[in-house]
Formats: sequence, structure tokens, C-alpha cells
Amino acid sequence: MKKAPVNRIIPFSNVDGPGNRFALFLQKCPFHCLYCHNPETINECIHCGACVATCPTGALQLIDQKVVWDEATCVQCDTCLHTCTHLSSPKIEWMTTDEIVQEIKKVRSFIRGITVSGGECMEHADFLLELFTKVQKMGLACFLDSNGAYDFEQYPELMKVTDAVMLDIKAIDSEFHQYLTGNDNAKVIKNLTYLLQTDKLYEVRTVLLNGFELQNQKTVESVSRLITDHCRYKLIQYRPYGVRKEGIEALGATMFKEEERLQCAEIAKKNGVKDVIIV
Amino acid sequence: MTEVMKIISDPTLTYRQQLIALARLAENQDTSLPLTDEEKQMKADGILCDLNEGAAPYRPRYIIPDYRILMENGSAFLDLKKPQDLWEACAHLLIMYQHVPSITTFPVFLGNLDELLEPFVQQVSYEEAKKCLRLFLLQIDRTLTDSFVHADLGPKDSITGRIVLELTEEMQCAMPNLTLKYDPELTSDEFAQLCVTCMMKTAKPSFANHRMFVKEWGEDYAIASCYNGLKVAGGGYTLPRLRMYELSLKAKDIQDFKENVLPHYVEIMLGFMDKRIRFIVEESNFFKANFLVKEGFVKQENFTGMFGMVGLAECCNHLLGITDPMKGYGHNKQADDLGVEIMEQLQALVNRHPGLYCEGCGGHYGLHAQVGIDSDGRENSPGARIPVGAEPVMPEHIMHSARFHHYFPTGIGDIFKFEETWIQTPQAALDIIKGALQMGMRYYSGYLENNDVVRVTGYLVKKSEIAKLDAHEQSLNNVTIFGKGARDYSDALDRRIEKYEEGSR
Repeated sequence: MKKAPVNRIIPFSNVDGPGNRFALFLQKCPFHCLYCHNPETINECIHCGACVATCPTGALQLIDQKVVWDEATCVQCDTCLHTCTHLSSPKIEWMTTDEIVQEIKKVRSFIRGITVSGGECMEHADFLLELFTKVQKMGLACFLDSNGAYDFEQYPELMKVTDAVMLDIKAIDSEFHQYLTGNDNAKVIKNLTYLLQTDKLYEVRTVLLNGFELQNQKTVESVSRLITDHCRYKLIQYRPYGVRKEGIEALGATMFKEEERLQCAEIAKKNGVKDVIIV
Repeated sequence: MTEVMKIISDPTLTYRQQLIALARLAENQDTSLPLTDEEKQMKADGILCDLNEGAAPYRPRYIIPDYRILMENGSAFLDLKKPQDLWEACAHLLIMYQHVPSITTFPVFLGNLDELLEPFVQQVSYEEAKKCLRLFLLQIDRTLTDSFVHADLGPKDSITGRIVLELTEEMQCAMPNLTLKYDPELTSDEFAQLCVTCMMKTAKPSFANHRMFVKEWGEDYAIASCYNGLKVAGGGYTLPRLRMYELSLKAKDIQDFKENVLPHYVEIMLGFMDKRIRFIVEESNFFKANFLVKEGFVKQENFTGMFGMVGLAECCNHLLGITDPMKGYGHNKQADDLGVEIMEQLQALVNRHPGLYCEGCGGHYGLHAQVGIDSDGRENSPGARIPVGAEPVMPEHIMHSARFHHYFPTGIGDIFKFEETWIQTPQAALDIIKGALQMGMRYYSGYLENNDVVRVTGYLVKKSEIAKLDAHEQSLNNVTIFGKGARDYSDALDRRIEKYEEGSR
């Protein structure tokens, strides 16, 4: 049975797709976005042990050269996350698809589906295929929340059991995407087209950034032309919370400006997007 | 200072509140219905609480008139003819509300507003209907100044229902309390979502499990006062309470509690109820002379006695020697299972006692999970609720509630506080409510953390009105004082908030 590194489970989520959903966050991401709010989900733990020394409650121990986390002793102070220089977390549990299904069963009556996010969930595509095959049999809709780093067309089996994808388009400009995420966006754009063609797109999200007015508008302009009224376009205002030092240095420590977000929403509406949300 | 002078000189009491307090004082001078020594001791020990219901009850505690009769026939006593349009219908109802007695002196049930008014609303333009209903609700809020005044909506969508929701959001009034009778097969998702949005913003309506109530009471049931399930054209005679924590102090151990303590005190309380019900039916003039009875708005056989209880959580925790509420009832299988065993026994004891004058309600009294009063402090949580501050995450909380709600046909409910983002996603909250009712929850209430109108334990108050009392000023709403007490002594406003961040792992 397949296993994946689980960073977090949110049994009731109202912000990860339609209705009330079970949200699963898996560890590891190929992008290194400057504005990432949870940079501790980017890498897998390398068991260096730095966090063991700073944990105030002794919830972390180095056993056989592995960092072991005791959930019962942990007070969720996040000192370990601040200590870690490797963009990771020691509070990860490897869980099987059956173990996840057990967690979903507990809240089955209250949800209409599940959403798997990350990190980048597609780092664990084999796990997702096995999980979604089981979860669809429970009558629940399965959503992926993805940055589009992996080419969905290469995963036809997984796409069969995936009801919809929520896709990030961080920037339409390839160079700017490279600057923001450390990666090229060719696959991301290909994925947008593919998901539109296969009618698997639930929403597209773009984070609006301070000081990058033209890039913001360029991305919103291009994306909204492509998606028109096929799906929702969610414009997310940059927030400094949780952003690591190099991100704050590049993007600032203040919220995104009020006037500019309305301009972006207007662009999207002008291009035919009916459902524009600003958060 | 004499008791009378205390009332007369208290600057925080309105004139009407003084009048009620003086009437209660006078009633309590009477000795026609004396307590037995056992009852006196049980009261002194804090096990029996009569909720200050009065020494000589001169009307049933809760009265649920069948207002459809007013809409069909008018009323001879009130000299009102059958209403011809929406304005007349609203005026007739407002007149009649002034003449419906109750423990609070205000009517605890205003009717199924959409059912009563929809035929008239459909005769006029939307604007006219909204204007009329705005004045109707304004009159209710400013003259029926008590949060136990309660109106019902649903289960079906209606123009009236939608206008009432719109006005409830616009007006932000504490009165009346509102319930949606919800059945996912009869109530459209669209209407239910409007109700959710309104509930998030104004703490009402709450969602009643329509199927569950219909199964127990038939189609003609009402939700009145806090969340009390009762028969239309009937009501509840009396509602004393067993305070379970104090009861548990009388027991040597769990076995003693079950075999001796619980049966003994339940029997005393049932006798106490019999006595009061006999007095109301046989001695007071209500069932002989009141126009509500004479004109068929209520029928004696549709009334029942309500056997109240509070503090199941603290009772179970004490019997098991648990002192930390985070490790007890609501978090601990042993404590929860003990709760179920106690409820099974309590239900059997109450149901096997032949109730007086409750022929239409199965011949026995109905269990009621009372919402608590400020003097309960932290020792007795409302009904079968998990103590405030010790609530588990919402899915676990709901599943816990669902285990207990079926024991209480005359009412039980739980309240959930949401963080701001939920206002944007009524469909998500509706998914939760659907699941909760399907699992067996009887009554679901919710509100957003930053509202002015908030649900205290079952009733609604405005935080801004509590602030008036804090400043030693008067509050129009009679219930604000209970909200202040519950906030100060029971931390009732500090319940857990459903937040996105609070998942495990």
C-alpha cells in the first residue's frame, strides 16, 4: 500500500473547494515561492537534528539518527519550524491510503469531498491514484490543489479519478515565474490548457504582489482570457504572514494594496470571467 | 432594605421589569401549594431547582397557541374578525401576542410565521410585504422585550420566509428568536443557505431536525422559547430541573448513584411536577376561563410536563473522579458511555411515571436539557453539553451531541461559533448542518465570533445591551441580565471557535 508524508489534516475546511471538505496537506514541493506562507512544507526532513535541541517540551528526539516527533508532548509552539534552516518540518507522519480513508470516514457525513494540497500534492501521484480510487467509492468528490509543476496529461489514470483541479498560476511571464518560484512555467501553462480542454478545472488562483503592478496585470489579463467563464478566478492578496526572510525582503511586510486589487478584478471581468473572488 | 424596596429603587430595572418582579414577589407569598420536607431539602441541597417558576403557578409555563385559528376565524374574545389582508393579519397577531400568558409574561411562541402569513404576502407586492413585515418585526422587538419570544419558519421556502430573513439581517434585533424547521427533502438548498447566512450574521435562525420532531410529535409541533419542542395547541405546564452535579455528590459510587440516588430524587421531582400540574389544571382559572382554551387555541390534552436536567457532564466527571474537563465528558469514552447509561435510566424512570394531564403526549412527561441559568456557574453545564472551553473539534463535538439529543423530545441544542470566513461559504456550513441532523442532532445553532447579537446558552442577547447593564443603565430586553450573568459566571460567551487552523497535524 502507498504511503505519503502528511503535514496536516484539516477535517472541516470551507476554503479548499466547494462546500465543506476534508483537506489533506502533503509534504514536499518543487517550487520555492518567495511568498510561500508555509515554507516548512517545501522539503522532506533531512534529520539533521537542529530542532531537537531547541524543542522546549522534549517532543522531538533523535533516535537511530532520525528525528522522532511525539504528538502528545508537543504544544504546537512551532519553535522547530523557526529553527529549521532546510524549509522542512519534523512534525510529519507517513500515512497509508487506508489510514487516510479511516480519517475521512470519521467525518464522512459532514463533507462533500476531499482536497489534497501541499507542498505539491503531485509529488505523490501514485499515492493519490490509490487514495482517490478508494475515496471515489465512498461517493466523495476528489480535488487536487496544485501548482501545475507536473504535466497532468502524463497521469491519465489519476485524472480519471480526479473530479477537479484547483490550479495556481503564479505568473504568466516565464522569467518572472522563474524569479518567484525558482522554476519555469511552461508545464503550468500547458496544464491550464489541458485542464480546460478536459473540463477538470475548478478554479485558478493568482497571488497579487506589491510593487509588481505590471506583472500582476499581465498574468490576470492572460489567464482570464484563457479561462473566460469556464471556472472561478481567485485573486489572492499578498500577505506577509508566515513568509520567510528572503520573501519579506523581496515582497515587503505589508498587505497588498486595496485599489490595485480592484483593477485586477476588473480586468478579469472584462475578459469574461463571471466568478471573480478576491481574498 | 425590603425586597419590595430593592425592586423599586434598582436603577437597572425598567418599569415593566419592576412590575414582573413585584408580581413574582407577591406570588411567592402564597402558601396554597406547600413544599414537602423532602422537596425543601432537595431544593436546599441544590439538586431540585424550580427556575423561580413561582409558588402558585397561575398559567402553564409555555403556551403554544394555534394561531391558524385566528387567521381562519378571528377571535370572539378579542373581537377580531378573520383578517382580510397582510396588514390585518399582522395587526391581529400583534394584538393576540399581548394576551398569551407565559412564565416570562411574554408569548414564547409567535407561530410558524411563513405558514400564517404567506397567503396574505402573496396578495401584495414584495415592497409592500416587506414594509408591513418590517413594522411587524419592529413591534415585536420593541414590545415583546424578552429573548424567549420565538417564531418558526419552514420547512418550505416562501416569500415570507425570505423577507423575514432579509429583515432579520437588516434590523439586527434580538427578538424574536427564530427556528428553521429543516428537512433536506422539503427545504431547498437555496433557502437553507439563506438561513445559514442569516444565522452567521445574527445568530438566528437555528436549525431544528424536522424529521425527528415530526416522528415524535407529529406535523403540528412548535419550537418555542430557547429550543423547546412542544405540541401546537398545547404547551408545557412546568419545567423544574434536576441539577446532576449536586445529585452526584449524594452518591458513594456509580452503583449507588444508579441504584439509589437517581431513582430516589427523580421520584421526588416527578411528584413535585404532578403537584404543580394538578394545581395549574384544577386550581388556577387558566383551563376553565382563558379565551385561549375556550376558543380552541389550546387544548389541555396537548400540554405536557417538562422534566429538566443540567450538568450531565459534571455528574459523569465527578462519578469517575475526573477533575480536568479536557480529559472528561466529551473527550473520554468511559465518561461518555456513563452519560448514555445515566440518560437511559433517567428516560426509563421518567417515561414509566404516569404523568398528570398529558394524554396527548404519550401519558408521560418529556425530558428537557435545560440551557442553564447564571447561578449554575461552572458546576452544571447546560443539559447534556460539553463544558464551554472544553469543546473538542467540531466533528467530534457534533458526534457527541448526536448521541444524546434523542433523549430530549422537549428540547436540547448545541451552539457552534464560527470564524469570519464561514460567512462567505454558507454551502460549507450547510454541509455540516445536514450531516449533524442526519447523525441525530436535534437542534443546531451557530453564529460568527464578532457579532453583536450572540446566542448565550439558548437565548439571544446583544453584547451592546450587556454593556448597558455593565454601566448600570437599563436594558429594554428582560433577558439581557441573564446574558450578563452567564458571561460573568459561566464564561458562556467563550465557547470554542471553528477555525481553519485548528485541524490535527
